[in-house]
Amino acid sequence: MLRLLNIEFIKLWNNKASKVLILAYFILLSLIAGIAAIKFNFGVFDFHLAEQGIFNFPFIWHFNTYVAAELKFFLAIVIVSMVANEYSNKTIKQNLIDGLSKKEFIISKFVTVAVFAFISTLFIFILSLILGLIYSSYNETSIIFSDLEYLFAFFVKLLGFFSFCLFVGMLIKRSAFALGFLFIWYMFEGIVRLGLFLMESTKEYADAITQFLPLKSMSNLIEQPLARLGAAKEIASMAGEDLSYDYAVHWYEIAIVLGWTAIFIFFSYRLLLKRDL
Amino acid sequence: METILQINNLTKKFGNLTAVNDLSFTIKKGNVYGILGPNGSGKSTTLGITLNVVNKTSGDFKWFDGSVSTHEALKKVGAIIERPNFYPYMSAYKNLKLVCKIKGIDYSKIDEKLEVVGLLERKHSKFKTYSLGMKQRLAIASALLNDPEILILDEPTNGLDPQGIHQIRAIIRHIASQGTTILLASHLLDEVEKVCSHVVVLRKGEKLYSGRVDEMISSNGFFELKCDDEEKLLQYLEQHTSIEKTIKKEGLITAFLNAPLSASAFNKELVEKGIYISHLVMRKESLEEQFLQLTDNK
Repeated sequence: MLRLLNIEFIKLWNNKASKVLILAYFILLSLIAGIAAIKFNFGVFDFHLAEQGIFNFPFIWHFNTYVAAELKFFLAIVIVSMVANEYSNKTIKQNLIDGLSKKEFIISKFVTVAVFAFISTLFIFILSLILGLIYSSYNETSIIFSDLEYLFAFFVKLLGFFSFCLFVGMLIKRSAFALGFLFIWYMFEGIVRLGLFLMESTKEYADAITQFLPLKSMSNLIEQPLARLGAAKEIASMAGEDLSYDYAVHWYEIAIVLGWTAIFIFFSYRLLLKRDL
Repeated sequence: METILQINNLTKKFGNLTAVNDLSFTIKKGNVYGILGPNGSGKSTTLGITLNVVNKTSGDFKWFDGSVSTHEALKKVGAIIERPNFYPYMSAYKNLKLVCKIKGIDYSKIDEKLEVVGLLERKHSKFKTYSLGMKQRLAIASALLNDPEILILDEPTNGLDPQGIHQIRAIIRHIASQGTTILLASHLLDEVEKVCSHVVVLRKGEKLYSGRVDEMISSNGFFELKCDDEEKLLQYLEQHTSIEKTIKKEGLITAFLNAPLSASAFNKELVEKGIYISHLVMRKESLEEQFLQLTDNK
């Protein structure tokens, strides 16, 4: 396992484009801390984002994992190209000839993807902990370490998404087309949702079905957190709207995404097994 | 002798096309083998199957005594197929480090093998800056890293300039002289003739010949003759028991032998019959002629 990870590391870290993207990803993740510095001054009305409660424990776990997940596209590019380049450079062929088995090849890619997801999670955990300790209004240990399921959901979300990227890279074999396919797939899910909505004209019906689609199931894991903010609630109640979102992490959502992860990895392996290189 | 690779009734179909048809042969340790065939005869497909990158349709093959899986066996094999495939953004040294990792050996051999192929000075240059000849030599260095039991080379001189071809052949001969088993696929006859002791000839996926290179030329040779009285000569050749067939082309009569007959004995016979010839050369088919015969006749 370590050997496979080591092989992937040599391949990735010597590629300038991958290195830049990975570094950019982590730098941008750290910039979440920069949100703390956002301050507006509208004459008498003083708005300091950090004081709106976004960095309060345990809400910070929800907020930060949601924002951080938006940056996953940086790593998506890295992952798609790390798979597709093996085809375009024909190095996949050479790897197999040199004695890597097809199973090991897929495992090495999957382990790398899992490590990406794990390091991202760890990074967000540490970053949130620090931000929270500085800005949170509550500092009791029991509150700090509550709602940690958002971190687990974050990990699963990234793992699922990166596995999808890996599969698309294996399937399409060209980075640019594979990234294009990801985008088209994203739109496709949107169209399916719209179609279902128009058919039955209930949001619940559309959601009940689209929750099983890969990208939708991943985005369901961590719902947008802004509705939980004090300010948003106030505005909503003034407008007479009830914004009671179901923002918890559900076990079946986790199960669906893990199911997709297994499917993507299994079919990546099948593809490689069946293909003549 | 120890068997390195055994192929039994191997068949590969790409849709309707049969690329390899019921092919069997055995590679023994210590010999230099050539797989010879025109382009598209199934050489690369056969090698691809044994190297785990192409899926067979039927038949089987086994590496060594068949006790280890193919990918484990491949760690003891050095192979390059068609084009050198490396990570373009990495230096030669780092590419070889990666190969060491895959094969599970340490880095100590890298410099030694780069020395063998004459790339030691350029080891820190990126692969993409290399010329085709250098890329091909790096591929050979990579294949040698594990001191393989067998070195498989598929068209190693394809696309190279004469100097590059010369360098590659010198390296191959050097490796062969050290007792490494080599399997060389090529459509170039002189390449196989110069380097190999055994040959498998393929055409359209079928085996036409397999055995020693010198025994492939099994015929007794032929005479090239010229005579002022061609009619008389042809008549005599027609009823001669040692002569299989005659061909008249460009003023030369070629008589193929089916039994050993020396040029002097033949000349004596002709003189006794009152046939005086102006030109007599006894030749054996070159590998090239033999090859063309093999691939045309069947």
